[in-house]
Amino acid sequence: MSATPANKQTARRRFVFLPWNRLMIYACALFVVFWSVGPFLWQMSTSLQLDKNLVSGNPTLIPDPITFDHFINIFVGKSFHRYLLNSVIVAGTTTFLCLLFGAIAAFALARLEIRGRFGILGFILAVSMFPQIAIVAPLYVLASQFGWLDTYRILVVVYLALGLPLVIWVLFGYFRTIPQSIDEAARIDGARPLTIFFLVTLPMSLPGVVTTGLLSFIAAWNEFMFALAFTSDINHQTVPVGIANFTDVHYIPWGDIAAASVVVTLPLVTLVLVFERHIIAGLTGGAIKE
Amino acid sequence: MATAKTLTREVDLRPPNRRFKSWRPGPTLLLVPALAAIAAISIYPVILGLWLSLRDTTLSSPADSFVGFANYQQLFTDSQFWNAWVHTIEFTGASTLLETLIGLVIALTLAARFLGRGLVRAAMLVPWAIPTVVTSKMFGWLFDGQNGVVNYLLRSAGLIQHNVSWYGSPDLALWTIVMADVWKTTPFMALLLLAGLQTIPHSLSEAALIDGASPWQRFWRVRLPLLAPTLLIAAMFRALDAFRIFDLVYVLTGGGPADSTEVLSTLTYKDLFSALQFGYGSALSTAMFITEIFIALGFGIFILRKLKEAGQ
Repeated sequence: MSATPANKQTARRRFVFLPWNRLMIYACALFVVFWSVGPFLWQMSTSLQLDKNLVSGNPTLIPDPITFDHFINIFVGKSFHRYLLNSVIVAGTTTFLCLLFGAIAAFALARLEIRGRFGILGFILAVSMFPQIAIVAPLYVLASQFGWLDTYRILVVVYLALGLPLVIWVLFGYFRTIPQSIDEAARIDGARPLTIFFLVTLPMSLPGVVTTGLLSFIAAWNEFMFALAFTSDINHQTVPVGIANFTDVHYIPWGDIAAASVVVTLPLVTLVLVFERHIIAGLTGGAIKE
Repeated sequence: MATAKTLTREVDLRPPNRRFKSWRPGPTLLLVPALAAIAAISIYPVILGLWLSLRDTTLSSPADSFVGFANYQQLFTDSQFWNAWVHTIEFTGASTLLETLIGLVIALTLAARFLGRGLVRAAMLVPWAIPTVVTSKMFGWLFDGQNGVVNYLLRSAGLIQHNVSWYGSPDLALWTIVMADVWKTTPFMALLLLAGLQTIPHSLSEAALIDGASPWQRFWRVRLPLLAPTLLIAAMFRALDAFRIFDLVYVLTGGGPADSTEVLSTLTYKDLFSALQFGYGSALSTAMFITEIFIALGFGIFILRKLKEAGQ
């Protein structure tokens, strides 16, 4: 590219950060934070306000007076703890199995000699792109044949299969960054593949494993459609189904819904903020870059 | 047996560091639990679904016989199906486009180093982590036709005279859902694009700068072409995901008012679990599957072509 000297000068002047440029960046950053956190802050504020203030036509962000009625309502009146317990059991079991099966598979794909490994990885990725509605009917038929409707089992098995592709892909990328020479050293000492996996690879990739676990936990915790289709009683329904059913015949209990939203979301948001760096590294390193 | 023994002996004769590679069944066995779970929940049900789509299975009646392609014939003349199909395509197109464009703008702005960048990135993960059902309820409250804070703010700013019934009116409901989806997914899109931007060597931008390229030129001629693969792949994943939209619609509007937000997933779900028509519902989901494959193929071909162009 050729350029006249005058051109060059304007370009250079523009590159030196003008305050206006900085200002734009901070304005954008502020906007992004407001955009991301604003609606949830409003939900938190709503959960602490009296119903009559919510419909007064004069909304305020700071609750005055603060009330915990909505939180009492959801636990006493709507047995919200039951949904929470179901969700913890389902998402917890799913996460454990996802990590166990997924990490072993990722280890084999990344470290051992497997024919057609990229074919297998491609297949796993393709499967995760299936429209989920396409498998809900056949799975419903199968589950009713096995007597698995209204059980934790069916949800765990489905979420396991839905979560595995991401776990395998992210951990595959992670394991590849560990120097091969470490495996070789262990191998020369006579360690078998699974020994290497449990004693060398796994401890060395703990941050990656924790992040992936968090991702599969969030996915299982948030899933709605299969939970809606496969469970019909409160003993097995998960939190999303519980919240979706929070509609009264006469009015919509916005305060109670907000309280429930805060209860299910706050732990997730806290975890995400704590593991922010790892999550972004895991998601962008494993999922988008090849 | 004899062959197995010979094989083992052959293996043992190799130098020790080669022995590892010959544990043939070992490595593949490690894949079995994961692949079995994936196959059991995806491959087998998809085949079963295809089979169901050729039958008139209805759970509420004893009807269950082979009907060939009758379900698909009915599908072609079903106005509800085409109505939902159009909405799904509209939603997918609008949300993917908006999320990619806004995501790109945010990513470009935040690519610079500035104070509190970590904080902003952390905040951007919040919408992504919130369960979609909660997002639906949250937008239901924000955009409520009577006491919604959005109406209040717009009225206070003088932009509207009367409260707008956002998801209660057929004209606006789909757009309210698009807004909710854009809110939830754009920050994540921006994070992906930001990661892509950070892999572009700074030296390239600087070289263009020394050659006298304006910021605009540097964007169009240097950064955008290098970012294109990431951008397209991210958009493809987003489009495939948007096409399956279920939670937001089902919880916020249930497909209403007057079917104006009915999308393929919600229509299929109702056919399956309200009408209990498993045969017809399966034909519907198969049609959805086929459309999704076309979307993936379209993007795939486009991405490959772009990559080839870049390679030359």
